[in-house]
Amino acid sequence: MASPSTTADVVAPRSTSSDDNYLTHDKGVLSWIFTLDHKRIGVMYLFSVLAAFALGGFFALIVRTELLTPGRTIIDHDTYNKMFTLHGAIMVFLVIIPGIPAALGNIIMPLQLGAKDVAFPRLNLASYHLWIVGACFMLSSLVINAVDTGWTFYTPYSTTTSTAVVPAAFGAFILGFSSIFTGLNFIVTMHKLRPPGMHFFRMPLFCWALYSTALIQVLATPVIGITLLMMIVERTLHIGIFDPTLGGDPVLFQHFFWFYSHPAVYIMIVPAFGVIGDIIPVFSRKRIFGYKFIAISSLAIAFLGFLVWGHHMFVSGQSVLAGTIFSAITFLIAIPTAIKVFNWLTTMYKGVIHLDTPMLYALAFLWVFTIGGLTGIFLAVMSVDVHLHDTYFVVAHFHYVMMGGAITAFMGGLHYWWPKAFGRMYDEKLGRIAAGFVFTGLNVTFFPQFILGSRGMPRRYYNYLPEFQPLHQLSTLGAYTLAVGFLLTAYYLFRSLKHGRIAPANPWGATTLEWQCSSPPPYYNFHKPPAVTQGPYDGYENLVYDEKIGGYVPRKANPA
Amino acid sequence: MTQSTSESVTKPKAGGHGTPPQAGHDEHADHGHGHGDGPHLAHHFDTYQQQFDAGKLGIWLFLLTEVLFFSGLFCAYTVYRAQHPEVFVYAHYFLNTNMGALNTCVLLISSLTAAWAVRNAQLAQKGLLIFNIVITIACAFTFMTVKYFEYAHKFHDGLLPGPNFHPTEQVWELDSFKQKHPEAAEFAEMLSKRAEARAKGTAAEKEAPLITQRPTEEQIEPLMKAGLIGPNSEEPMGISRPRNAHVFFSIYFFMTGLHGIHVIGGIIVWAWLLKRAVRGEFGPKYFGPIDYAALYWHLVDLVWIYLFPLLYLIH
Repeated sequence: MASPSTTADVVAPRSTSSDDNYLTHDKGVLSWIFTLDHKRIGVMYLFSVLAAFALGGFFALIVRTELLTPGRTIIDHDTYNKMFTLHGAIMVFLVIIPGIPAALGNIIMPLQLGAKDVAFPRLNLASYHLWIVGACFMLSSLVINAVDTGWTFYTPYSTTTSTAVVPAAFGAFILGFSSIFTGLNFIVTMHKLRPPGMHFFRMPLFCWALYSTALIQVLATPVIGITLLMMIVERTLHIGIFDPTLGGDPVLFQHFFWFYSHPAVYIMIVPAFGVIGDIIPVFSRKRIFGYKFIAISSLAIAFLGFLVWGHHMFVSGQSVLAGTIFSAITFLIAIPTAIKVFNWLTTMYKGVIHLDTPMLYALAFLWVFTIGGLTGIFLAVMSVDVHLHDTYFVVAHFHYVMMGGAITAFMGGLHYWWPKAFGRMYDEKLGRIAAGFVFTGLNVTFFPQFILGSRGMPRRYYNYLPEFQPLHQLSTLGAYTLAVGFLLTAYYLFRSLKHGRIAPANPWGATTLEWQCSSPPPYYNFHKPPAVTQGPYDGYENLVYDEKIGGYVPRKANPA
Repeated sequence: MTQSTSESVTKPKAGGHGTPPQAGHDEHADHGHGHGDGPHLAHHFDTYQQQFDAGKLGIWLFLLTEVLFFSGLFCAYTVYRAQHPEVFVYAHYFLNTNMGALNTCVLLISSLTAAWAVRNAQLAQKGLLIFNIVITIACAFTFMTVKYFEYAHKFHDGLLPGPNFHPTEQVWELDSFKQKHPEAAEFAEMLSKRAEARAKGTAAEKEAPLITQRPTEEQIEPLMKAGLIGPNSEEPMGISRPRNAHVFFSIYFFMTGLHGIHVIGGIIVWAWLLKRAVRGEFGPKYFGPIDYAALYWHLVDLVWIYLFPLLYLIH
């Protein structure tokens, strides 16, 4: 077995002399499409998700442009309904849910763990192939007769509208299995493939977050699967389970839907917590504060997330008692969430903060996610929710969490691990500028929507009163700013693939295991299972910046 | 071993617990776990034990998702049975309890042979392994055949979900009803004749036999419970079936259909394992796939164990 090693051994970057890495190991398109390597699957996921993100963003821009004026601006109201539905469905099912776990998680998690691969590589590939099939179904709806139900597929509208609900819902059904396979794989990987010395409490927080996420994926997603299946059968065979004219109950659909979709909110945001938990200590050059609390609070959020679905249904006619219980449990979620935020803040306290692009996104996350989280408390209060339900306040709230939380963290993680995944550094200056655009755009887009909603602007409406116009226009301006930020990001990231500086093994001075591999990592990750002798955020003092390679190397044990 | 040789190892054709990777083992030698090389050990596992444990945890998680997948339907069942108990009482008379019981036995036997097959694989008893897998598959086919006859019968009798629900028989004409509640069946017959006569006109109504005696508990109770008469009936003033009786058949076909798909999936898996068993791939070191398939098969059995009383044995 591996001999006990010194700290310096643990963080010693692998030699980058060999040109053979996972990107160059096999050649040809088929070697990618049928690869079993977790990093390649992650990379395919990453680019697919980015493509879907561009498409979903495009629909968002159409929606925002339409809302520049009351009445018709560029599209008619039916098209508008389709656009916001597609925007929502694509962003939720194709982008945010697989974004961090399946794309970044697949590339990074086994490396962080010190494993050679995920437990079931073929299941992993199947997950990606199912994603593609599901995406095709969902987008086929676009060509046939784009679905206009909103991403929630509420009955009875979804079972009666003439648009192509079935392909879209079936696409979501398949994407659910894709998500389950990823989750199942990750749980088994973290249980069974940890190398010696890698205890559960030595796993990086990103792994902990992915573990909690995977639990939700495995436990909640099957329910949306059967629900969508029932809805499809309801629509095609009129079996009557959700149809009040046939003795069914449409509110049952809402219960089923939110039983998955509220935990799904945590499928989207918990991995983001993981990314932030990994970025902040590295760029503060300080050990994370409250590691165990952050790790366990992810599990707590995952658990509580299953008990709060009724807060989406305060106005659906459920009993006041049920509403009160759901409301109270929803408040409880603020506790583990606040534990995380305060621990991150405390990590930065007296740290040496480096404002590189990933850290800028992490700081942006703290700001916008806190707004998004706290406005969630407003909505958890029944008396307030009755007024704010289905207004732009809700739209602003969940965009602050999904866009401001999940996507900001995804961007942070993307920049943080980009050098590791592709072996090239992007243009740091452009990165910071783009982060500024994204942060500004986010707030300019969504903050006015809080005001709009609190003044009574209903969500999903095509038309609105003239007094809402200035705020709508401000929001649209913000959306354009966001677009500039993302286009700029796309430009310098893709440019870096060819022209970027060669990335060192450890450009940020991180201590987690993935930075021990060369950038990009070799095909088999680790030739020896790495011996882990310390926590994931220990030993920053043993790393020094080396000007020559532009990255961190272990401090010489005894220079004298 | 140098880095370059270890990395130039050809890419394994498989990584899971299925078809064996043929390469990628030599780099194991240098970290001294000392496991014997085997054709069925995937490159990213160090030992057979680790590979088996990973697979076992994986299959349990998969079964968990299956349970939750079915739970949506069980939940819908519970909601509708709580809201419309009469529909369930009414509809269960149409189900053939004997066929359901036969299928329960068939699946239980196949679960036994599946469990036995695991033992055979562990002990490398190739002949018995093949025998048990064949019996398991045969039972699965028997189950589907019985199910086919049940379905065909329901289609024939117009017992279909939703707007296609047009039962050709009245529930009180069924043997299952008559045996259980002979008085009620007779009384229902009488009620329906009177209702028929009333519909024809006054002359016919006068000729029809009058109900002179106050009906007894035995005559009324089963009809009320099944929603044939009373407030839940489609015709509160006469005798008919309960409103929305078709919802039971929606749930019935959905649940048993989904279960049937799982049985077919199981047949495919067992057929694949049969082929591998004939090739002699399983032994004391490598029996995971049989174990996992058996676990899956027990779940399929278990779901049926719940479906049978919930759908067939309603009182």
